[in-house]
Parts: sequence; structure tokens; C-alpha cells
Amino acid sequence: MQQTNPEKQCSRNRLNQSSFIHYFLVFNVWLLIFSDPAYAELTIDPLDSPGWKTVHKVILANEEVVFDDRVEVIVPAVAEDPLQVPVSVRVEGIGHIEEIRVFADLNPIQKILNFHPGKIEPFIAFRFKVQQSTPVRAAARTADGVWHVGGQWLDATGGGCTAPSVGRGLANWRETLGNVKSRLWSRTDQPDRLRFRIMHPMDTGLAAGIPAFYIEVLELKDSHGDLLAQIQSYQPVSENPFFSVDLQSSQFQGLILTGRDNNGNLINQALK
Amino acid sequence: MKISINCIDASDGKISGIIKVFVSSLVHFIFFVCLSQTSLASELDYGLVAEPVAKGTYAFIGSTKYFSKNNGGNIVNTAYIVTDEGVIVIDTGPSYRYGKQMREYIEASTALPIIKVFITHHHPDHFLGNKAFADVPITTLAGVVDGIKRQGDAFTDNLYVLIGDWMKETEVYIPTEVISPGKISIGGHEIEIIALDGHTHSDMVILDHTTGMLFTGDLVFHDRTPALANANIEHWLSSLSRLQTLNYTYLIPGHGPITNNEHPMKQTSDYLSWLRTTLEQALTNGLTMPEALEMELPQSFRDLDILQEEYKRAVLQLYPRMEQHYFDK
Ligand SMILES: [Zn+2]
Repeated sequence: MQQTNPEKQCSRNRLNQSSFIHYFLVFNVWLLIFSDPAYAELTIDPLDSPGWKTVHKVILANEEVVFDDRVEVIVPAVAEDPLQVPVSVRVEGIGHIEEIRVFADLNPIQKILNFHPGKIEPFIAFRFKVQQSTPVRAAARTADGVWHVGGQWLDATGGGCTAPSVGRGLANWRETLGNVKSRLWSRTDQPDRLRFRIMHPMDTGLAAGIPAFYIEVLELKDSHGDLLAQIQSYQPVSENPFFSVDLQSSQFQGLILTGRDNNGNLINQALK
Repeated sequence: MKISINCIDASDGKISGIIKVFVSSLVHFIFFVCLSQTSLASELDYGLVAEPVAKGTYAFIGSTKYFSKNNGGNIVNTAYIVTDEGVIVIDTGPSYRYGKQMREYIEASTALPIIKVFITHHHPDHFLGNKAFADVPITTLAGVVDGIKRQGDAFTDNLYVLIGDWMKETEVYIPTEVISPGKISIGGHEIEIIALDGHTHSDMVILDHTTGMLFTGDLVFHDRTPALANANIEHWLSSLSRLQTLNYTYLIPGHGPITNNEHPMKQTSDYLSWLRTTLEQALTNGLTMPEALEMELPQSFRDLDILQEEYKRAVLQLYPRMEQHYFDK
């Protein structure tokens, strides 16, 4: 049998399928023009989460967002203890940050914490509770009102040899409620650091018979009483929360932490 | 663009060819999936083969990885000793299925009955096969029984998530007999039960003086990063010093290959000492848990399987406790 000339077959087919090809081409060209891949990269959820649309609406009021690696969220790949998942958020290289919101798309309570870094570094670390595998994200708002979003998936499906969380609540939690312990580090090659722990049950209100009971706001102030930074925390923050923030050692003198929980209990303590 | 048009245009035949291949591979795929589903449901096989260690002593050596649906949780070493009176089993594996297959293997290899099961500690990969030996005295230290009562159900739930179908019909079966440390004689073997701790709150070591076999349980890991879920590093290190004073010909670790020397004891204690120092330093330098998680690990531990994974797990397990302690000071 005679070999078909590919060129000829080609042109015949092209005629036969001309309308298809036409649309195909046109479509591609439009795609090329209007879907700048760089833009797509910034607005399509890199974590491909079924909950993104919801949190974009609920947590960020559908405001303008870009996905941005410079908002670095560190969580372990697997939550060994779902009641104590460590997370840290650091924003670097996008200018002054007005606010950082930390949230988990698929948690029953998505909102975890809002942080207004004010006069300290846009960095915060703490622990929180999860119910199931979920993206954990931070959105950092720059002065132009745009939210820069970073995040990672957290696998919370099982921990093998993990000890179950038993008897976490201290029997005498009422006596220690609101007690703060803190430590400061002056460091040479990194920003100086403050770590503090507040005794508080941080009940989510999701367990039967136990109403939500959690710290709502914490304020870090300098010796003049001026606000350095503010944390709004929500139910998912872990029991007896541990916070780490970075600041200048020149701000260490006379540091004060004030705050309040949703039952009106007050926190007020000098940090050293 | 030219190239892509050519491809589309000239490939009428090609496309139908591709479709044919696609359809036929789809059919094969569906067939294969159905086939493997059926075999999954009916006969997940650990393929256990015992390694002879000394006269009458055999060990089933598991993988040095973590629990997965691929390995069915066979990440553990179990063993048996054929004595004049009958067989002594040491640990029963991660699931009822494992225990059953282990028992079938042992019973096919000897006419003697199984007369005793020892459980080294309360971790799920060491005792969840117990139900397959329900007609045999299952013996361990009192602390191990407590541990199983306290955490057994949570461990079982976790393993159902991690290894799935392999766990079918597995449930916590509490050891039936408590033993105190000391020497006992079974079928001509002089067996010493040594009560230590550190890997968990209660770790049983078995030394067979007749053959010189040392069954260390999880106090010794070999070429595998130690697991620290219930660990107390101080206690673990002093237990290892104690083990180093014993006389033995072969050492059967809880995880990893059998040896005739103390190398795995040293490997385990080196890692534990390093881990303790590293985390204490991290804490006194003000590092957060995510920062401790991201730390670079020394080359000297490259022989330890799943180092990154177990190190991270250890940080998640130990660091919160250490932080509480540090801030309470
Ligand atoms: Zn163990």
C-alpha cells in the first residue's frame, strides 16, 4: 500500500477540521493573552483546598489576596498531638505588615488568631488545636490593603505511638488562671525574642457541657504604656498558651502584658 | 504552533490508536482494581519467615520504616524459642492478623505446643497480636499491663487509621499473667526477666542464659531511629548502661537487624544523648518548636533509618514537656 504523504493528509485534515482548529487556536490565543501565568499563580490556591473560598470570605471578607511565599508558615507535616500543633508565621521582605491572620480552612472553628505586630517584628509562634487534616494559613495585610497569603497542609489523621491527651487540665486551674511566665533573649545573629506562657484552659465550647472559655485579647506595652503589639486569640489556641514574638532588646525594659478572656477575667503582668 | 497543528491533524489514526490503548488499559485497570480489592479483603499476607538465630531460637525481623498500609505495621521484631516443653513467643506484632500468621508459621514448624507468650512493653506493634494467643498464658510486667489498660485503645484506634484493613478483627487483649523480675526455668531454658524503663515506663528485657540470647525489646533500636512517644531519656540511658553489663551471644533488638555486639546499644544511646543535648540547647537559646523541628541533623546518624521523620516526631513529643518544665523553673 502506498504511503500517505503526511503533508497531504495534513492539509486535507486541516480543511476537514478547520472550524475545530480555528476555535482551538482562537481559544489558545485568548488564553495566552488573558491568563498571564504569573497572575494565575498568585490568585489560584496553591494548596488546592475545598475550604479556601469560605475562609477567603469569612476570614478575609473577600478582600484582595495574593499567594505569597514570603509569608512563611511552618507547621509539622503530621500533627502528632492534635491538641498541641506548633505553628510559626514569619513575614519577610514585603514591607510593613499591619495585621496577620492565622486560620485553618477545615477546622470547625477556622479563626485561630489575629496578630497586629505594631512596633515589633511580623513574627509569631504558638500552638493550636485541630480536628482533622487542614490547610493552616497566615494572611498578612500590607499598607495597600492586600492580603499576602502563605500556608501549608497539616495531616492530622493519626499519630501511631502517640500518647493520647489525657488529664491535661490541672486540677487547680482556677488558682493559676491568668498567671504569666516569661523569658527574654538578647541574641546576636537573630532578632531578640520574648516567649511567654499564660495559664488558661482555652475551652473551645465544642465539647459537650463545657462552654467556650478563652483569652480574647492580649496587649504588649512598653514602659510608657504605649502599645507595641496586639494579639486577638480564638478558641483553637491551645490550653495554657505559649507565645513567641521577636522584638528589639531596647524594648525589653518595662514590658507589660495585659489582656482579658471572654468571661472578663483580666491579665496584667510585667514581663522579664 | 505549527508543530502542535501537525500533531493534531496528522493523527487521526493515532488518536483512535491512543483511545484503543486507553480503553484497553482502563479495562485492565478496572479488572486489576477489582482483583486487588478482593485479595485485599480476604488475604493480606505479612509473608512472615523466621530467621534462625541460635539453637531453637528464631526471629521475625520487620522493616525499619514507620507504620504504613504497605507494610501492615510489620516494622517490629518478634521471636520464639522452641524449648523441650513447648514454644515461648516473644511479642505478638501489630495486629491480630500478624499474631495469627505468626502462630500458623510456628505451628507448621514444630509439633510442640505454644506454652508461653512474653510481652516486652505496651506499644501497639508489640502486643496487638495477643488475641491470636488467647489460649496461652500471656505474661508481662505489671507496668506493661497498666500501660495497655491506659493507652491500648488509643493505640489501636491510631493503627486502624495508619494501616487500615490489616487491623481487621484486632482488639486490645490484656496480658493474663503478671511476672516479677528474676529467673525462671522453662523447658530446660534458664530465662531471666529484667525490669527496666526509659523507652516506656515499663520495659521488659529477656535474657536466655541457656542460649545467650538477649531480647531487648525497644530499649535497643538498630539502624533505625529510636521512637520516643513515651520515653524518659535519662531512664533510657541508664537502662542501656545496665544492658551493656550483661553477657550475651546475640542481641535481638526491638527494631532492626540482629547482632552479636553492643553496636546497636551504642547507636541508641548516642542518638538519645545527642537528642537530649540538642533540645535542651534549643530551649535555652529561645527556639520555638517549629525552629527546633527545622534543625539540621548530624551526618553521624545517617545509618539510622527514617531519621528525619522520627526526629520530628520526637520534637513534637518531647519539646512541649521540656518547655513547660523550663518555664516552671
Ligand atoms: Zn516501643
